[in-house]
Amino acid sequence: MCLGIPGRILEIGGEGVTRSGRVDFSGIVKDVSLAFVPEAGLGDYVIVHVGFAIARVDEAEASRVFRYIDEMGELKELEDGGR
Amino acid sequence: MSPPKQSISLSCPVPITHSHVLLAHGGGGRLMHRLIEDVFLSAFRNPLIETRHDAAVAVLSGARLAFTTDSYVVNPLFFPGGDIGVLAVNGTVNDLAMAGARPIYLSASFIIEEGLPVETLTRVVRSMRTASDEAGVQIVTGDTKVVDRGKGDGLFINTSGVGLVEARHPIAPTRVRPGDAILVSGDLGRHGIAVMSAREGLEFETTLESDTAPLASLVLAMIDSGVEIHCLRDLTRGGLASALNEIAEAAGVSIEIDERCVPIRDQVRGACELLGFDPLYVANEGRFAAFVPEADFERARDVMKAHPLGAGAALIGRVSHTGDPTVVVSSPIGTRRILDMLSGEQLPRIC
Amino acid sequence: MRFVDEYRDSDAAAEVATAIGRITTKPWTIMEVCGGQTHAIVRFGIDQLLPKGLTLVHGPGCPVCVTPIELIDAAIEIASRDDVIFCSFGDMLRVPGSSRDLLAVKASGGDVRIVYSPLDALALAKRQPAKQVVFFAVGFETTAPANAMAVYRARHEGVDNFSVLVAHVLVPPAMSSILASPNNRVQGFLAAGHVCAVMGYTEYEPLAQCFRVPIVVTGFEPLDILQGVYLCVKQLENGRAEVENQYARTVRREGNAQAQAMVLEVFEVAGRTWRGIGDIPGSGLALRPRYASHDALQRFPLQQLAQSRDTECIAGEILLGGKNPTDCPAFGARCTPEHPLGAPMVSSEGACAAYYRYRRSPPTHYLPRKGGGETNGAPR
Repeated sequence: MCLGIPGRILEIGGEGVTRSGRVDFSGIVKDVSLAFVPEAGLGDYVIVHVGFAIARVDEAEASRVFRYIDEMGELKELEDGGR
Repeated sequence: MSPPKQSISLSCPVPITHSHVLLAHGGGGRLMHRLIEDVFLSAFRNPLIETRHDAAVAVLSGARLAFTTDSYVVNPLFFPGGDIGVLAVNGTVNDLAMAGARPIYLSASFIIEEGLPVETLTRVVRSMRTASDEAGVQIVTGDTKVVDRGKGDGLFINTSGVGLVEARHPIAPTRVRPGDAILVSGDLGRHGIAVMSAREGLEFETTLESDTAPLASLVLAMIDSGVEIHCLRDLTRGGLASALNEIAEAAGVSIEIDERCVPIRDQVRGACELLGFDPLYVANEGRFAAFVPEADFERARDVMKAHPLGAGAALIGRVSHTGDPTVVVSSPIGTRRILDMLSGEQLPRIC
Repeated sequence: MRFVDEYRDSDAAAEVATAIGRITTKPWTIMEVCGGQTHAIVRFGIDQLLPKGLTLVHGPGCPVCVTPIELIDAAIEIASRDDVIFCSFGDMLRVPGSSRDLLAVKASGGDVRIVYSPLDALALAKRQPAKQVVFFAVGFETTAPANAMAVYRARHEGVDNFSVLVAHVLVPPAMSSILASPNNRVQGFLAAGHVCAVMGYTEYEPLAQCFRVPIVVTGFEPLDILQGVYLCVKQLENGRAEVENQYARTVRREGNAQAQAMVLEVFEVAGRTWRGIGDIPGSGLALRPRYASHDALQRFPLQQLAQSRDTECIAGEILLGGKNPTDCPAFGARCTPEHPLGAPMVSSEGACAAYYRYRRSPPTHYLPRKGGGETNGAPR
């Protein structure tokens, strides 16, 4: 359910329920409602679903997946080494 | 509504059989193929139509003639990188090229909706002239009909074309063999996305332009170089996936491609992610797939890359074996799946 | 694309898959609730990377699939009116009602349009004041704020010719209904990341506790899903049943406050019938009375709605995770995307359609990676 795609905010206008912006998806630019992400600013990545940004992407958390995978690899080395 | 606790019913509707033609019957997918099989082929059956190629090839008074026709319906009429007129010329030129023919003459028929501004028609016709000059063909006959307002989408164009076959061997699905290399002539999906970007309700900004182009000069360059070509197919509606499935079925072979090798621009990827499309099914108007024997693959690729319309050519896969007409694709994470033919038009997913 | 491509890396995927294999000692059954995840799993062949005995079953998280046939029929009836422009997300157009679908309405002259966003339908209503513009407001919690916003703005901007046909459903009641079912075989969940981006995941904490199931809030890219599976298996193997958040780059525990407030302003919780599953109490959203004037069902008096008839479709069992699409005798034969017997074959997210498109006959013949030309062609 719920196709949500990350895009980068290029421009912001309006406020409150009409807050919106131009959001870039790898060169495709669409007008997107930013009413639900008041914390998101220029250059931020947001997840967009049916023309609405529903969340700001947390860049620090974004790399956590890869750190976790690296740790899994190290764990395996430890296990292998211990055998 | 205060429903009883957890009543599980397993009801589903009865199947709907299509008693009327739906838009999806024209989408280049499985429904269209069924319509062609059930309605047209069963009525017209003859050896030429049975080849199911983009153009029919016949020997007339010693000359090998390629003959094809196509109708053009596009909404909107003008889109980034082209318009309906350019498509009507290039599409028919390309169908002839796919038979290894040099396109010579085209016809053009116009079905015009009452109320269409003459200026619009003039613009379209002028761009047809430019496109036909570029493709090296002449539009030598035509027809005009006007239909009531509301009975046509502004303008429909039909073009037919004849050409002289230059390939020494027939170019057709029946010649596809296991081991054949499969090349595409450039990056995919730009036409479909450019048209979509201008469509009401889905508009988005993009610098993408349609890939529409006359492909005959590229094909003739390949023929001139002596490359043996088993089959060519232009990748129009239904995209690469539908074209490969058609060939697999017509040739009775299994095809393997690697998704990572299929050239697709970032903007096309972005638009596909946004709309929930699979780029392998998105339409092109200036791209083709070429099936060549393994021994000729490098030469074919070099000739393609040396031509402006084939600069982005890439090897995407191979014909694996005969029988079991399927297309298998390796995913970016190295797993494999069946690449099926589309069932009707791709619709944007929300979800 | 940034935040997309890096999560499709084949080496990293292989690494997580190996790690899953390493920690899995027993057979487990995990459900991904969301149709978008089902789509990704089948499209990328993620389940091919999992150890034998670890089964992914596909949940009811496809709004297109679970919208009840009565509402599809209502949509078809409204869309057939001369004074109506009917707007919908793309893949709702192919869902069969009792006798036809919205594409057929379009084919016979109805003004049915695909929009990308509910705000596009609202804008259309402003441009076409002489017409009634009706938007088919389907979706889960992710889509509810957007649809709520369209209704809110219609009311406050005085766009009286805009109304919505509401078919909103909620995830946690469906999960709880799956877990409470006597045939349940689901031992852990991948919760839908984008639903949680809006709602947060506090609602899942009592579910995890009460039914003793691990629930991992999971994203949509191959690496997300694999990591979600890893975390879920790890909990199962360790006998834990907690809510974990794999998709922290997008999901906060409390969710999106502004979006929730808009949903609460416009909608209230109501019972809802799920296609193929049945009635689930408190599993949907309906317009609050103060927005009733924008309710399409009130605006357009409908004829008695047709009742659905029984066929051999096993959508209910598939949506509840009891069976796989390939267990259905009609699958791929009498039921195909061109002639769907049930909704899961319609939406490209539906489990049956995803299986049909990507998995009709499993690829059993593999080419060697390079130089395949010489070695293939062997008769099978």
